[in-house]
Amino acid sequence: MDKLPPRPVPATTPRKSATFDDYSLSEIRRAAATGLYDIRGGGAKRRVPHFDDLLFLGASISRYPLEGYREKCATNVTLGTRFAKKPIELAIPITIAGMSFGSLSAQAKEALGRGASALGTSTTTGDGGMTQEERGHSNLLVYQLLPSRYGMNPNDLRQADAIEVVVGQGAKPGGGGMLLGQKISARVAEMRTLPEGIDQRSACRHPDWTGPDDLEIKLHELRELTDWEKPIYVKVGASRPYYDTALSVKAGADVVVLDGMQGGTAATQEIFIEHVGIPLLAAIRPAVQALQDLGLHRKVQLVVSGGIRNGADVAKALALGADAVSIGTAALAALGDNDPALEEEYRALGTTAGAYDDWHEGRDPAGITTQDPGLAARLDPVAAGRRLANYLAVLTLEAQTIARACGKSHVLNLEPEDLVALTVEAAAMAQVPLAGTQWIPGKSGF
Amino acid sequence: MSLVDLATTPLRELNAALHQLPPDTNNTQWTIRNPRGQHAIAVGIDAPIAVEIEGHVGYYCAGMNQQASVTIRGNAGVGLAENMMSGEVRVTGDASQAAGATAQGGTLVIGGNASARCGISLKGADIIVQGNVGHMSAFMAQAGNLVVLGDAGEALGDSLYEACLYVRGEVASLGADCIEKAMTEAHRAKLAALLAKAGMNGAVDPGAFRRYGSARRLYHFKVDNVSAY
Repeated sequence: MDKLPPRPVPATTPRKSATFDDYSLSEIRRAAATGLYDIRGGGAKRRVPHFDDLLFLGASISRYPLEGYREKCATNVTLGTRFAKKPIELAIPITIAGMSFGSLSAQAKEALGRGASALGTSTTTGDGGMTQEERGHSNLLVYQLLPSRYGMNPNDLRQADAIEVVVGQGAKPGGGGMLLGQKISARVAEMRTLPEGIDQRSACRHPDWTGPDDLEIKLHELRELTDWEKPIYVKVGASRPYYDTALSVKAGADVVVLDGMQGGTAATQEIFIEHVGIPLLAAIRPAVQALQDLGLHRKVQLVVSGGIRNGADVAKALALGADAVSIGTAALAALGDNDPALEEEYRALGTTAGAYDDWHEGRDPAGITTQDPGLAARLDPVAAGRRLANYLAVLTLEAQTIARACGKSHVLNLEPEDLVALTVEAAAMAQVPLAGTQWIPGKSGF
Repeated sequence: MSLVDLATTPLRELNAALHQLPPDTNNTQWTIRNPRGQHAIAVGIDAPIAVEIEGHVGYYCAGMNQQASVTIRGNAGVGLAENMMSGEVRVTGDASQAAGATAQGGTLVIGGNASARCGISLKGADIIVQGNVGHMSAFMAQAGNLVVLGDAGEALGDSLYEACLYVRGEVASLGADCIEKAMTEAHRAKLAALLAKAGMNGAVDPGAFRRYGSARRLYHFKVDNVSAY
């Protein structure tokens, strides 16, 4: 019998570390080369428990659905019913989150105003003050009072429809902002009283109040200044939602805005975005619980943001107890941000469509996150506003579709009992049962 | 002339009346009695009127003032004249923390001492303090002038942008990126004008002050400056 030829030693398949993956190694090399942390825009990119881990229980024998396209399912919501003489009436429970002129081009701000106004909802200013582009094109405009107070003007407070006191945001609870020199154009510099072209820092703390007792007095000042007309929101990044909501209410807020870690920023350290704060899914129920404990759920409205993409996300946020949602990243995508049609230009920037997040560099080929006049001129504010309006309409229709299937004549009638979770983590965070069980981790035995 | 007694008139009523004044109002003299430390007195005025407050006030007195001249005969709480746009605010006594915070225009004159963070994030107003200022004064101040006839606490002008600081007394320490700068004739003339605006024309020698400003080393992120961030 012939002998078999000697077999080669089998090669071991090269194995990359799950811990030291390609991204981590590239970041180590980048840090070693530069000595600086990575800065980028956007929100958390890592996977975190989110609305995808929840499902609705459609109507069955115990509940009647409403007929799609026939029976009414209302979407209007009123914000600021607690103290303000002039609450805001929104036609849809979806608002545009605060994004600054400076981080965005004037054309992008105008497009946001056009799109939101077409659907009867509000836009929000950002760091750096109010531009006439956004006031002129936003029927409902919320004016942010931020720690930096760049461009803070009492005349703008008076011409706003509501005031949002920003304590924090989901991408960076506890952090201030930054706008790098490339985007400090002459107009931005003038609005912010800064030298042109410098790297601008926005403070992380308000300059004239410290702690919840002071905040109450600050809100009182704003009430007096605007003769108690404007709804006053308090925006917090999701970290301790129960206490932050309770303290905002104690301070006199009409509306609490709660931003999860998926919420975007114009520019912050990557490590901050990915490792500080909690996902929106984990934040809503504690905030609602705080309002319920104070007997003020639906009396002080809760607006949530951070990772809202479609009408199902809207419906799930409302079902968990929010009164409205706010969108930022999704609104920019609707305007044209990260469009694959611009792939060649994204590649020239060393990235790819869908991943572009160097918004602070001001080289956005879509003309949205830039102050470069040539790039900004690429964005047609009328057409982009139309795209945003279309997107908002779809979000609304989708949320209504789900609400009708659950037998609700108003999207605000959705409730936690309409939901189940696909994972134990989501069940615990959203405080709804794991699908097919009665088990809510932390709430009920199994 | 209008006399408002806050012992009997609700604050909301006073502020609403001040906000309703037309730009060409003849009702330009207002006296407010019994402020009793209430917060947000005379906030948001936008009219060329004179308001005299007889007593101590709480937080944010004359906040976001435009055009008006507001005089407080007493002490003031936190955030006096915060984000003032124009006009003049004077307090005869001391001011608490964050006096003149983010003020963009106008003049704030403090007869006594100012506590911590006086002129924080200043954006163009002139602040003249006849006594001392506390720590972290002029933190991140962007534009305008802070004149201190007494001493300045620790970390003066930390992370300063383009505001100008003049101190006659001792400075406990300078904050990050704040340095002493040469006092030229032009600066002495500018300081003399600021002192005159505060009612100290000729009474105080501008030559006795030292000038501080930004070294502008932190205007761009650099790894070499990492210990300062």
